[in-house]
Amino acid sequence: MIREAFGLIYAGDEVTNLRELVDTRTVGALPVGGKYRVIDFTLSNFVNSDIRNVGVITSRNYNSLMDHLSSGKAWDLSRKSDGLFILTPFSLRENPGIFRGKVEALKSGMDYIRRAKQEYCILTGSTQVYNTTFDDMMRFHVESGADVTVMYQKTNTVVHGDGFHDVFLEVAGDGTVESIEINPMLSELNALSMKTYILRKDILIYLIDESFSKGEYKFSEDLLRNNLHRIKVMAYEHKGYVGTMRSVAAYYQMNMDLLDPDIRDELLASKNRVFTKVKDSVPAKYMETAEVKNSLIANGCIIEGKVENSILFRDVHIGRDACVKNSIVLANTEIADGAELEYTILDKNVSVRPRSRLVGAREFPMVIRKGGLV
Amino acid sequence: MYRKKKAVAMLLAGGQGSRLGVLTARRAKPAVTYGGKYRIIDFPLSNCAHSGIDTVGVLTQYRPLELNTYIGTGQAWDLDTNTGGAYVLPPFARGDSGEWYTGTANAIWQNAAFIDQFDPEYVLVLSGDHIYKMNYKWMIAAHEEKEAAATIAVIAVPISEASRFGIMNTDEDLRITEFEEKPEKPKNNLASMGVYVFTWQALKSYLKKDAEDKASSNDFGKNIIPAMLDAGERLFAYEYGGYWKDVGTIESLWEANMELLSSNPPFNLYDDPWRIFSRNLYDPPQYIDAGAKVTNSIVCEGCRVYGTVENSILSSGVVIGEDAYVKDSILMTDTAVGKGARVLKSILDEEVVVGEDAVVGADGLDLTQAYDPGGSKITVVGKGVVIKKGSSTPAGEEVKA
Repeated sequence: MIREAFGLIYAGDEVTNLRELVDTRTVGALPVGGKYRVIDFTLSNFVNSDIRNVGVITSRNYNSLMDHLSSGKAWDLSRKSDGLFILTPFSLRENPGIFRGKVEALKSGMDYIRRAKQEYCILTGSTQVYNTTFDDMMRFHVESGADVTVMYQKTNTVVHGDGFHDVFLEVAGDGTVESIEINPMLSELNALSMKTYILRKDILIYLIDESFSKGEYKFSEDLLRNNLHRIKVMAYEHKGYVGTMRSVAAYYQMNMDLLDPDIRDELLASKNRVFTKVKDSVPAKYMETAEVKNSLIANGCIIEGKVENSILFRDVHIGRDACVKNSIVLANTEIADGAELEYTILDKNVSVRPRSRLVGAREFPMVIRKGGLV
Repeated sequence: MYRKKKAVAMLLAGGQGSRLGVLTARRAKPAVTYGGKYRIIDFPLSNCAHSGIDTVGVLTQYRPLELNTYIGTGQAWDLDTNTGGAYVLPPFARGDSGEWYTGTANAIWQNAAFIDQFDPEYVLVLSGDHIYKMNYKWMIAAHEEKEAAATIAVIAVPISEASRFGIMNTDEDLRITEFEEKPEKPKNNLASMGVYVFTWQALKSYLKKDAEDKASSNDFGKNIIPAMLDAGERLFAYEYGGYWKDVGTIESLWEANMELLSSNPPFNLYDDPWRIFSRNLYDPPQYIDAGAKVTNSIVCEGCRVYGTVENSILSSGVVIGEDAYVKDSILMTDTAVGKGARVLKSILDEEVVVGEDAVVGADGLDLTQAYDPGGSKITVVGKGVVIKKGSSTPAGEEVKA
């Protein structure tokens, strides 16, 4: 990286359309791709960019996230200087309750931000899965003389009305952001903000304090849009794959996309490795009657039945004559003999009784909540 | 100043394992792969971690590089504690002389100063060559209860095979009366597992005497144990009833791996409170293609399978090409089998490349016919070997780089 930076992950995003999957966890702690959590990708992107100081701002239901992050050892972020800092919510003098927006959450992490020794901050959310390093974006930021650089993806498939907070950018030929539209109903814009920013630490502090003093708590709406006339905001395109956890259907699709060899290679098997907490599971075992096709299987699984177009996380047992199709099965799940699953997402520690039949739809997969017995 | 330790483990990992041929040409035997993701040394190290022994000296000598890198700080086995750790102890030069470890006892003697730092009551001497799960805490408790100078873990073996082992002759109280190394006419069937608990101060005096004896071969079995018995020390056998396997030969390594494939393996790796720790690689989950067929096999993360795998073990990062056929084989890390190739009853070391349509092992095999895996010889291919496209490697061959 051409400039020293620290990473800041805002893990307070709430996505109600993820339904039961986020009942007991934040989006960042959502298991994806057979052995990862969403936040692993962001953390690995930082580590692969040689960033060694990372703060994670949490707001609610962060137990599962803290359990996963622990000391940061899995990402080599358990260090004598810098490392991983989990910034749990605490009451400010100005606000004893719950955060009214990202700006307020950042304000509560101000001690950490001020203490960071690095000149730049890379601020991200925790709802997206992509594999990159921030070196190119940093170079672009420095060379373009921007105050703030926003990472975006081009998209032609705008999903309206699924309740996700979409921020579209109007980008001029030179990359300048000219206007910002939030959840537009009808829009020509195709630059969707990834809510990943590079900016100088002192500018970040100034913008947060200033927004806060005006009682403005939203990052895109207030801090960015209201300042567009006086700060230089540039847009940087991320050309790779991006999976956004905007709904159960999107979560399902992102996982299924990993069955595509190109996407799998880009996300999981590129030279930028994805680090995650390891569990010392036994290798997967395929029994005599196993029939596995086009699937991603994690260690610890014991397979006696049929698995097709599916993702199995760790320590899943598929019983004899069970049939799992187009489904996602999270860790420690037991699928008994003869059970049938299609378009179903089983959260962790679920038990499916013998010969049960669970069928969802591609656009609306069935979700069985954590610990369920069906 | 180190905190005083009740027990320190010394793991003998210098063994060459010459009967493993090309598999130990460039690595010590404890670094040999087993069960897809493990190395033999994971077993004693995990046992230490689960037994509450956090100070482990690993004595290396033969081809230590791979082993040293693998062990690192011992973090993978939770041994990187404030007052403990995994310490790799190669032979070193002292003053005007430097010397190799001349035997198992000599290796401990040369590291007496290392052990003294922890001022332990007991020293646990382990071998890095065996696959087993054992709670050393109970063995130390038995040692204390018997007020022994040495306690030796033993396993009952069939009397017909007893002549292959070091045999302990004991009285009813399991006190050892005689030790016989590979006796022609064994009187007993209790074989030494190469796991010893010694009262450190007692052991130290015998090691000192042994070091002064120029005629000694500085070996625990040959010298130290007999010397302690002669002096009338209290030596006890500690009977172990679980699975214990010495994978000292190609055949036993192959068999021990194949045993894991049975539906109810004699050795249970799915033992949650006694998880076997190992150094984990950051590999993605394994991908099994729509055209693949995987049955009765163990597959690690990072593998990509497009062909057929039966009755085999694949370590991480193995790639099996389309229409390839792998049966009764062990494939180690990052080995690739090309399209249409066949690998039968073989052990392929790490980073082997089998070219397209090549046949390795069980030559002339007609795939429509069943063959007898018990009858055919095991083919072994060394690390990094490239098997030419379309070539045929006969059964029982050992292919070196």
